[in-house]
Amino acid sequence: MLSPLVGWLALFVIAPTLILLICSFFENAGMGEIDYRFTLQNFARIFQGEHLRFYQRPYIHVFIRSIEYAGATTILCALIGYPVAYFIGRCDEKWRGNLLMLVMIPFMTSFLIRTYAWFTILDKDGLLNSMLEALHIIPNIIKQPIELLYTPAAVMIALVYMYLPFMILPIYGSVEKLDRTLLEAASDLGAGPVRTFFRVTLPLTWPGISAGILMTFVPAIAMFAVTRIMSGGHIRLIGDEIQEQFEQAGDLPFGSALGMALLALFVVIYLITNRKSAAARPLM
Amino acid sequence: MENMVELRSVSKRFGNFAAVENVDLHIRAGEFLTLLGPSGCGKTTMLRMISGFEIPTEGVVMLAGNDVTHLPPYRRDVNQVFQSYALFPHLSVAQNIAFGLKMKRMGAADQQSRVQRAVEMVSLAGMESRMPHQLSGGQKQRVALARALVCEPRVLLLDEPLAALDAKLRHAMQIELKRLQSRLGITFLFVTHDQEEALVMSDRIAVVNKGKIEQIGGVSDIYHRPATRFVADFIGQANVLEAPIRSDGGSSRFLDFGEFKLAINDAQFGTQGSVMICVRPEKIRLSSRPTQGNNSFEATVREEIFRGATDQLHLETPGGTELTAVVANESSSEESFHKGDRVFCQIHADDIVVLQAGRADGNAGR
Repeated sequence: MLSPLVGWLALFVIAPTLILLICSFFENAGMGEIDYRFTLQNFARIFQGEHLRFYQRPYIHVFIRSIEYAGATTILCALIGYPVAYFIGRCDEKWRGNLLMLVMIPFMTSFLIRTYAWFTILDKDGLLNSMLEALHIIPNIIKQPIELLYTPAAVMIALVYMYLPFMILPIYGSVEKLDRTLLEAASDLGAGPVRTFFRVTLPLTWPGISAGILMTFVPAIAMFAVTRIMSGGHIRLIGDEIQEQFEQAGDLPFGSALGMALLALFVVIYLITNRKSAAARPLM
Repeated sequence: MENMVELRSVSKRFGNFAAVENVDLHIRAGEFLTLLGPSGCGKTTMLRMISGFEIPTEGVVMLAGNDVTHLPPYRRDVNQVFQSYALFPHLSVAQNIAFGLKMKRMGAADQQSRVQRAVEMVSLAGMESRMPHQLSGGQKQRVALARALVCEPRVLLLDEPLAALDAKLRHAMQIELKRLQSRLGITFLFVTHDQEEALVMSDRIAVVNKGKIEQIGGVSDIYHRPATRFVADFIGQANVLEAPIRSDGGSSRFLDFGEFKLAINDAQFGTQGSVMICVRPEKIRLSSRPTQGNNSFEATVREEIFRGATDQLHLETPGGTELTAVVANESSSEESFHKGDRVFCQIHADDIVVLQAGRADGNAGR
């Protein structure tokens, strides 16, 4: 039973990873060619003062920036996604399937199309500003049309939009499993709605949140293209850098080393979230 | 005696369905009152209106003299033991029991000593750090009980708490609960569909049917003097018979079954129509020799069911009236009866209970 699965994993997961790992220890010959001589230079380059076009800073800062964006995305997704997931998980059973479908529908189109769709909303003459004008919020409350496109805010909007379902689905799963009588028991024992939430609901749905964090944070770090499109090219995360090394710079060993560093980061994140969910305790 | 809980003309409707209809209920301080009835009769809804999980459509809920009708559960001085126990799976036994005290913002030292006492009270010493999933059904039950009692509520509400336990454990817990209640003096409101459980534990029983209280009274009253056919049928076994009522010209009344007559002591009935009576099976005295006096008749044993301490006999009179009798099973007794035997029956007039038409089950009877 196990062997076909192991073969599958070996072919599609382990082998590519090993190829990247080996590649990251060779020298770059330029133009996508590899010079098969052992070196640690690629990894040293990540931490040392090799400067980039846009930041004039070492690559490690791109990692930090990626973690910041992914972290902010995760936090916003959790804050927006939890109430949505809670609502769906608590509403009448016959509605749940339809509501979940609504969450998933955008994912039936390509993420690039969905990203460009935000252009028509966030553009200076886009949907958002014309709506604000129609409601006379512009110019009565806000003086000028909001320029969101090509700003970090636009990047955040696109990232949160992209990963929200990955937060909603696992939280929904744990909310649905939550036994209603436990909430009644808390209320019976003197806990008002707020304390019931922090002492019972939140700890018991933590496994869902934890899975949501993993499913949001990890892919958000590696996200590419979306950030570049929404920022007009001046915000680049680690995914963009890796893509550039492979596609434009043709430096396969350095691209591989960046990929390996990212993988190491994932392992660390996984270990942290895994330990946290194993020790789920009331937070108040 | 002071009333701890009062339901005043309380109704609860869910859409068009009336779960509870115009109920008045008084629970005395310190008593063990059981709401007894079949599933879906509204007994749990009554309990939930006292705990605060349901708000009555009409009427008032009083707790210790205060109107609590619209108070949320977390502001009521009552605690509930849930049917499913509802232990917090992420908290240990001690943390579960301390939950209510923590919510009252009690000091840590006080909390600890009270949790300790509660743990000892329900014989769970040494299990404080276990998680709920490591406990057996009976142990979970005890934690749920301790968690509610440690808050020292004015009323402890128990919603079929023993239903999930096996028979032997259930019997042991019945006795234990009853002892605990008399020792602590806390008012217990117990909900069950198990009539035996209700008889074993309660001071008083309220028999609930179709959203109404059919009869409320002491355990012995409910058993020996059921008011309606529903109560007679639901509690214990009952022979329910119906016959025209007659007078012998004086003040005494009897039921005319044609082949035999049964005198009744209840003189409040006229000589019109027919009435329904209840006779408990153990009140039918059997003899192999013809019996003298009133209320005697003969019958044939149609079936004999061995029930350990007792024998249950299905009797049929020559006229076709069917009765169930229960006799002590004494192997040495010469008075033992078997299938096909002819027996002579006697029912004392005091043991005949005249039933009212059920309040909820229409006009069965008169």
